[in-house]
Amino acid sequence: MTANALLQIILYFVVLLALAKPLGAWMARVYEGKSLFGLDRILGPVERLTYRLCGVRAGEEMDWKGYAFALLLFSVVSLIVLYLQQRVQQWLPLNPQQLGAVTPDSSFNTAASFTTNTNWQGYGGESTMSYLTQMAGLAVHNFGSAAAGMAVLVAFIRGLARRNAKTIGNFWVDLTRTHLYILLPLALVLALVLVSQGMVQTFSSYKTVPLVEATHDAGGKPVTEQVLAVGPVASQIAIKQLGTNGGGYYNVNSAHPFENPTPLSNFFEVLSILLIPAALCYTFGRMVGDTRQGWAVLAAMTLILLPLLALCYSAEQRGNPALDRLGVDQQSSASQPGGNMEGKEVRYGITNSTLWAATTTAASNGSVNSMHDSYTPLGGLVPLFLMQFSETIFGGVGSGLYGMLIFVIVAVFIAGLMVGRTPEYLGKKIESYEIKMASLVVLIMPLIVLLFTAIAVVVPPGLKGLANPGAHGFSEILYAFTSMGNNNGSAFAGLSANTPFYNVTGGIAMLFSRFWLAIPTLAIAGSLAKKKLVPAGPGTLPTHAPLFVVLLIGTVVLVGALTFFPALALGPIVEHLQMLAGGN
Amino acid sequence: MSRRQTSLFDPQIVRRAIKDSFRKLDPRLMLRNPVMFVVYVGSFLTTGLFIEALAGKGEAPAGFILGVSVWLWFTVLFANFAEAIAEGRGKAQAAALRKTRKTTIAKRLAAPRRDANFLQVASTELRKGDVVLVEAGFMIPGDGEVIDGVASVNEAAVTGESAPVIRESGGDRSSVTGGTQVLSDWLVIRITANPGETFLDRMISLVEGARRQKTPNEIALSILLAGLTLVFLMATVTLLPFSIYSVKAAGAGVPVTVTVLTALLVCLIPTTIGGLLSAIGIAGMDRMIQANVIATSGRAVEAAGDVDVLLLDKTGTITLGNRQATEFFPAAGVSETDLADAAQLSSLADETPEGRSIVVLAKERFRLRERDVHALGARFVPFTAQTRMSGVDLAGRQIRKGAADAVETFVVGQGGGFPADVRSRVEGIATSGGTPLVVAEGPRVLGVIHLKDVVKGGIRERFAELREMGIKTVMITGDNPLTAAAIAAEAGVDDFLAQATPEAKLKLIREYQSGGRLVAMTGDGTNDAPALAQADVAVAMNSGTQAAKEAANLVDLDSNPTKLIETVEIGKQLLITRGTLTTFSIANDVAKYFAIIPAAFATTYPVLNRLNLMHLASPRSAILSAVIFNALIIIVLIPLALKGVKFRRHTASRLLRDNLLIYGLGGVIVPFFGIKLIDLLLQALRLV
Repeated sequence: MTANALLQIILYFVVLLALAKPLGAWMARVYEGKSLFGLDRILGPVERLTYRLCGVRAGEEMDWKGYAFALLLFSVVSLIVLYLQQRVQQWLPLNPQQLGAVTPDSSFNTAASFTTNTNWQGYGGESTMSYLTQMAGLAVHNFGSAAAGMAVLVAFIRGLARRNAKTIGNFWVDLTRTHLYILLPLALVLALVLVSQGMVQTFSSYKTVPLVEATHDAGGKPVTEQVLAVGPVASQIAIKQLGTNGGGYYNVNSAHPFENPTPLSNFFEVLSILLIPAALCYTFGRMVGDTRQGWAVLAAMTLILLPLLALCYSAEQRGNPALDRLGVDQQSSASQPGGNMEGKEVRYGITNSTLWAATTTAASNGSVNSMHDSYTPLGGLVPLFLMQFSETIFGGVGSGLYGMLIFVIVAVFIAGLMVGRTPEYLGKKIESYEIKMASLVVLIMPLIVLLFTAIAVVVPPGLKGLANPGAHGFSEILYAFTSMGNNNGSAFAGLSANTPFYNVTGGIAMLFSRFWLAIPTLAIAGSLAKKKLVPAGPGTLPTHAPLFVVLLIGTVVLVGALTFFPALALGPIVEHLQMLAGGN
Repeated sequence: MSRRQTSLFDPQIVRRAIKDSFRKLDPRLMLRNPVMFVVYVGSFLTTGLFIEALAGKGEAPAGFILGVSVWLWFTVLFANFAEAIAEGRGKAQAAALRKTRKTTIAKRLAAPRRDANFLQVASTELRKGDVVLVEAGFMIPGDGEVIDGVASVNEAAVTGESAPVIRESGGDRSSVTGGTQVLSDWLVIRITANPGETFLDRMISLVEGARRQKTPNEIALSILLAGLTLVFLMATVTLLPFSIYSVKAAGAGVPVTVTVLTALLVCLIPTTIGGLLSAIGIAGMDRMIQANVIATSGRAVEAAGDVDVLLLDKTGTITLGNRQATEFFPAAGVSETDLADAAQLSSLADETPEGRSIVVLAKERFRLRERDVHALGARFVPFTAQTRMSGVDLAGRQIRKGAADAVETFVVGQGGGFPADVRSRVEGIATSGGTPLVVAEGPRVLGVIHLKDVVKGGIRERFAELREMGIKTVMITGDNPLTAAAIAAEAGVDDFLAQATPEAKLKLIREYQSGGRLVAMTGDGTNDAPALAQADVAVAMNSGTQAAKEAANLVDLDSNPTKLIETVEIGKQLLITRGTLTTFSIANDVAKYFAIIPAAFATTYPVLNRLNLMHLASPRSAILSAVIFNALIIIVLIPLALKGVKFRRHTASRLLRDNLLIYGLGGVIVPFFGIKLIDLLLQALRLV
């Protein structure tokens, strides 16, 4: 690892972890209804007006079933609205490019994708979606789906923190407060910062400009002009990064100069990917009354991410041995980055590309600033593998942490048995009901990912979209369903996924993996809230100690690895071995 | 404790278990265990594939499919064997118990009096509420309550203890068990259980495992294992389409066979713990029985491991049953020898342990020999609740010993006074936790004897270990708070309840429970029943009353209050055995992947052989070795499952660290060597 790379990565994690505590403490205050240093006085009337307009009785709490119903209602209605919005965008205002209606299957896929916080994009944004669809549809969902995930997490935390309680909070209140006091202020600040770096934010139509250097098209005709796609970019990118959405304004996402203009904007964007997921760990610790518990979970996440990031970076920096044999110099030097630069922006280089690739797949963000399809086999394996941990390594805002806490429950259960005591977490006994629900959560993701991949690799519509034959083609399909089946949305590229087959199967995968996980999670929350608190003693396993962190890491990695090892062996691993052996 | 111990692999039990392993192949029985059911289906599937191969249309050489198939069947049989042998050990004990349940002739009384008319009936015809007369030499025909008479009873059939015990009406020793024998005198007994529902019947069905229900943690673990099985089922089933794609993409080899996929699936699903799970549960009950504790349910055994608070009776558990004289403190103007002499005289005929200890102390200290009470012409004055003194009258001397206030009343009545130095000594002894016994002769107070509770050797260390395990000990005693505090400090318990009444006990249990703690206690008296019923783990003494036994969920046949601690450890051991074997089972999968994945795709992607870390000889040998290892590990671990993982009294963190290293890390490493070894053997025998 070069000193420069090391410095950048250290800087990144120092800033990230330093921000976790203040932001986490702020969010805990938001959810506990404490005073917010004046912001609540400014926005309080808006909050109360929202409740009055929507008929929300803010004082009334819900049991887990009520909470789950509200979550589903919110999601289904917003899914339908977004679907219709795309289908009729040609008749709606703010469409200067006069883009036509989006196809039914693509509309369904996109609607499912944005309601589930996946933000998988089968379409190219600038050539498909009108300004209105982008702003009032997609960007709105960037907020809504993120807030919904955070609401479920908060309900889960309340389940852990409360005792002998029937209710776990009010979904509408959690949703509203998340918007008003967390997502909107953060997004506003970030959008302004990004605009200051040169990101565009306009309602005017696409600009046609003369080329600096005229060129020829494939037919030999001279090309002298270029159309610059512009629009309300910054407002959408801020929440895209913060809300682990990842759905870019442009097709090439944050590799586009208008979506990621400078190294500084790159730093803020990549920082925003993990910001809220990391801070939520602290929020969790605060709300359960023991911040060490939050730090322990954050430590486990970080310790899984770091070695994988190092692997990704070193695989890319190492480059392709086949090129070595051709006498190509792949060493990093003052005049060249070295390594594998295919699919990477020279502005960001290998360090910032791999840092982005690892964080965007660790969190369920999915935005990119480089093309993962062009990575070396091991470099590409890292983002794939990070998603296969059920998006628990930071993961989506809210959803990542509640996914991780489900793994904590499984780890606590095994650990409890090993020390000879009915397992308990934070004083709550983990019994067969919790294990049943947790098993469901752990089970559903591999089921969706493996099953849809298996179908896609044998049916003609699945194979049709492949750009690359061989093991790499398999990796591409596996990556697509891993991404959708984990609500990540990251695209490997190389697969033409905007077909009815991928749109429909992917849409189903995204809906299942979001709600099939959220509902059992809420069920556990409801069951835990009802329980008494068992006081901790020397016989209690400390779940904040390094030993437990190790066990948690072991559980997450083992479950992920054992589930996906055969599939990975037939994709990136075989590619890697073939590359080493000098094959194709 | 050692009485019921049968050797792990008694040939008779093994023979029966082998037969039972086949009997258990009944699909209805197999369905109870989802993990093993998957193996069972796989065995049928590969058998079918073998037959197909014999017909010449096989997907792989018939010999290879046969090899896999045979070892899958072995996997199922080994798991059945583990369960059968655990049950077999129980059955052997049940058979021994059943012998004592012979039908006997009972004398059914027409009225609950000894001299009432009786009818001779078979014991099986007795019903609840019948009253029977049992005389010396006869068997007690059923469980019941003594309503008249006192007798010595041999309860060896139930307790294994050959010394006879006294059973009498009223009080805490009134319950009798069917199948035990009256040795002397007679008893009139009211039968309290119908045939088939007696204590012995319950014990038999428990040890046989016939009524075994899954315990809460076992259910939770089964769910998790079933979930993991489904995940692995997905991972293997989808390998077929993946393989078809890969063959097409690489343009080489053939798709993976169903035989190999089945082998991979069986290796990956947690068969080790799945196969041993019920054996572990049965063996846990069995260990309780070996400790002479009968659990009314498996749930109670498991709950014992979760206990946070132990309520322990002082007498018998923390202290040796009796207080002992440790020192003489003469009053001013009295020599110590005179005091000792008087004390000894007053205690010569006193058969209470306290009285004996005074005689012993006088002899040790002043070489005062025991004298014959009758030769001295002395008249013994026994202790009564009214006088609260005992003593002796001889040759005009009136020697008394007793509680300070009782003796004070006595000497004042005789015209004497109570010296101040004796009073302060009395208070001093009481403060230190001892019992002061004042000795007086006529109107003169001679001095004080210090009676002391003697704390059992090693109990302090035991409590310290319990504390480390996170278990709080609370001493329950009828003593006054001062005495109780002193003993509590000496024994090292965490807390104590002095002047304990049944109500106070019940209140204490509820207090702990409302704080979320699980409470265990022992009891024997009828007035203990409410507290026993309230406690999460309640151990009744077998010598106790029927009411206490009904209220408890564990019955200690030895009636040894210290057993509570052992019970907790057996409960913990049960959970630990399950947890460690689960970890081991899952950790094993890593090596199995490295054996099977390169082998399964050897024809499509020969480069994958780089993952063949064990350098197994051939793809077929690799797959077969993994399957054989997977089957054999069940057999290898049966002794561990039956005996339980060794339990060490450590903090939770230390236990977890140790067990993770042994069974987690060990579980990753062991199969690499095991599979390699089997591969080498297969090569040497030229089987592959």
